[in-house]
Amino acid sequence: MDKDFYKILPPRKGVSFDFKEMWDYRELLYFFIWKDIKVRYKQTAVGALWAVIQPFFTMIVFSLFFGILAKIPSDGLPYPLFYYSALLPWTFFANALIHTTNTMVENQRLITKVYFPRIFLPLSSVLSGLLDFFVASSILLLMMVFYGIVPHWQILYFPLFVLLTIVTALGVGLWFSALNALYRDFRYTVTFIVQFWMFASPVAYPSSMVPAKWQWLYGLNPMAGIIDGFRWAVLGKGNPPGITFLVSFTIILILLGGGLIFFRKMETEIADRV
Amino acid sequence: MCEKVLKINNLGKKYFIGERVSYTALRDVLVSKLKAPFKKAASREKNFIWALRDVTFDVNDGDILGIIGRNGAGKSTLLKILSRITRPTTGSAEIRGRVGSLLEVGTGFHPELTGRENIYLNGAILGMHRTEINRKFDEIVAFSEIEKFIDTPVKFYSSGMYVRLAFSVAAHLEPEILLVDEVLAVGDAGFQKKCLGRMSEVSREGRTILFVSHNMHAVRKLCSRAIFLENGGIEAAGEPGTVINNYLSRVKDAQLSQVWEDMAAAPGNDAIRMHKVQIQLTEDEAEQLTVWTSFKIEFYFWNLEPGLKLNLSMRLYNFENILLFNSTSVFESHWHGKPFKKGLYKSTCYVPGKLLNDGMYYIDLLFIKDTTTRVCHFDNLLTFEIGEEEASRPGKWYGKYVGVVRPFLQWETEYIADPAHETKNV
Repeated sequence: MDKDFYKILPPRKGVSFDFKEMWDYRELLYFFIWKDIKVRYKQTAVGALWAVIQPFFTMIVFSLFFGILAKIPSDGLPYPLFYYSALLPWTFFANALIHTTNTMVENQRLITKVYFPRIFLPLSSVLSGLLDFFVASSILLLMMVFYGIVPHWQILYFPLFVLLTIVTALGVGLWFSALNALYRDFRYTVTFIVQFWMFASPVAYPSSMVPAKWQWLYGLNPMAGIIDGFRWAVLGKGNPPGITFLVSFTIILILLGGGLIFFRKMETEIADRV
Repeated sequence: MCEKVLKINNLGKKYFIGERVSYTALRDVLVSKLKAPFKKAASREKNFIWALRDVTFDVNDGDILGIIGRNGAGKSTLLKILSRITRPTTGSAEIRGRVGSLLEVGTGFHPELTGRENIYLNGAILGMHRTEINRKFDEIVAFSEIEKFIDTPVKFYSSGMYVRLAFSVAAHLEPEILLVDEVLAVGDAGFQKKCLGRMSEVSREGRTILFVSHNMHAVRKLCSRAIFLENGGIEAAGEPGTVINNYLSRVKDAQLSQVWEDMAAAPGNDAIRMHKVQIQLTEDEAEQLTVWTSFKIEFYFWNLEPGLKLNLSMRLYNFENILLFNSTSVFESHWHGKPFKKGLYKSTCYVPGKLLNDGMYYIDLLFIKDTTTRVCHFDNLLTFEIGEEEASRPGKWYGKYVGVVRPFLQWETEYIADPAHETKNV
């Protein structure tokens, strides 16, 4: 029994992260993700199919209205492929935000009774959406076969863009979950934000429609750089990562860093509210 | 054996009043910012309380430490800091080994998941590793007695099965330090019994326990040491018997009366002013207010409006805000129905012993004229505590008696017949 003493101290002024502790608790993160997935699939009758239905039907609607009727350019790609390749990261991102926003409030009982690294709640919310993402990705693969599109070398960048989507979702999710924990009515604005955000991202139109001199401004929306990159990596067309991407990448880092600090501050404050 | 497992040094916790509201609405914040954009977010520095202050003590390996004190004395805050749910404002607490608590029973259970799945999830939440859960899985299931339903979602469980499974997981955590908050575990008598049973088991294994309780009997029997918290600080520490006596005498002194010397500052209005409220024991030999002692509540009041035909109406609430009863003075023989002159009066209400359960109570008082019209209302006039009577607990059970009241009813058991006898006609 020669264990070390663990020392409980008042919160310090700065913000610190105990990565060793997170590592010690890693199994719990796994269990949280596992629970999220289990519960989500048990609660919907169609289970995994739901992961496909959402982006697939949106793709059909977009192809019909934005593509065939409104004749919005698609960088020369078939409309279904053009839309689906963007809806894939977008759906993951949007669902992650909606789930993450509520996670601190949903697990309030847990937070007031047991200690664990609180960041696991938003983190597991984001990561558990990956299963849906990969299920939906398989449809993209089928579509590519159908349209006879052979991936180019850029496909090697695919994992990078998946990772960036995760990081962005986590960055924004940390902000949203912390804000919602502090102000319970925040979640009502999230559906609106997500909707607005989609039209500010190149989901329903190519980013090449944005004039070149405004591209850097467009990049302030991190999802602009990511979705562009996604299309480029998977379909080999569209803009290779350029100025938009660089701006987006910087914003992603700022969002994540700020989110971590804000979440950490909220975490200490929220413990005293119960 | 006398190794320290817990060192608490000058521990303090400051709460800002208002932080205890559970949440704020963004809408309200925005509106107040729009109304007064340059005002600071309320001067919070002034409004705070020290829920814990300068608390210092050590706990040795194998100790069972009882923590007693009134509601709001800081007991729960202390446990919250030790289980790392909230952080202290000052000082430090050093802990060796894993901390587990019986107040976390069932947290993190998900109704859609099966018993088996919940054991893993809950175990992980409480800090067990997967290998550890694998190893103890069969034991946990056996202890909970729900083998047949282990693959059924827990939403189909009865509440009893649910609690058994949850408790079983918590009980197999085997922490080096176990925190038990009896106050929070009120409800199921069987469950309380299991908690206490598990506690003595754990202590026999030589583990350390911190036991928060209002049940003096259990503290005296189970604990090797005790501390008495009052207003966030340690008031007494040491051998349980001494600490408990200290606590009980304090409870008696501070709570049983309230006096307002200055009539103008006393609560009331133009018709009625309170002067004094006090609780007195009615039996000579009784020393403390317990579940067995009878007592009287005396209300001294000034009547300032001549001619009022007054009666008093008292309501007794427990600390879960349940109204136990309402009693009025309409059957009082001297003054009821007569016009009251100006002057000081005393009305006394007699409460029999062997009626109320142990716990905290408070009184509301209403003055009524002509048996229908309200003259004056006193909210929360007096708070008092009814303690445990050790003589009322023969045998080995130390749990809390459930129920709003605890009447002492007469029982009789008779031997009717031997097994061979025909019992149909009885």
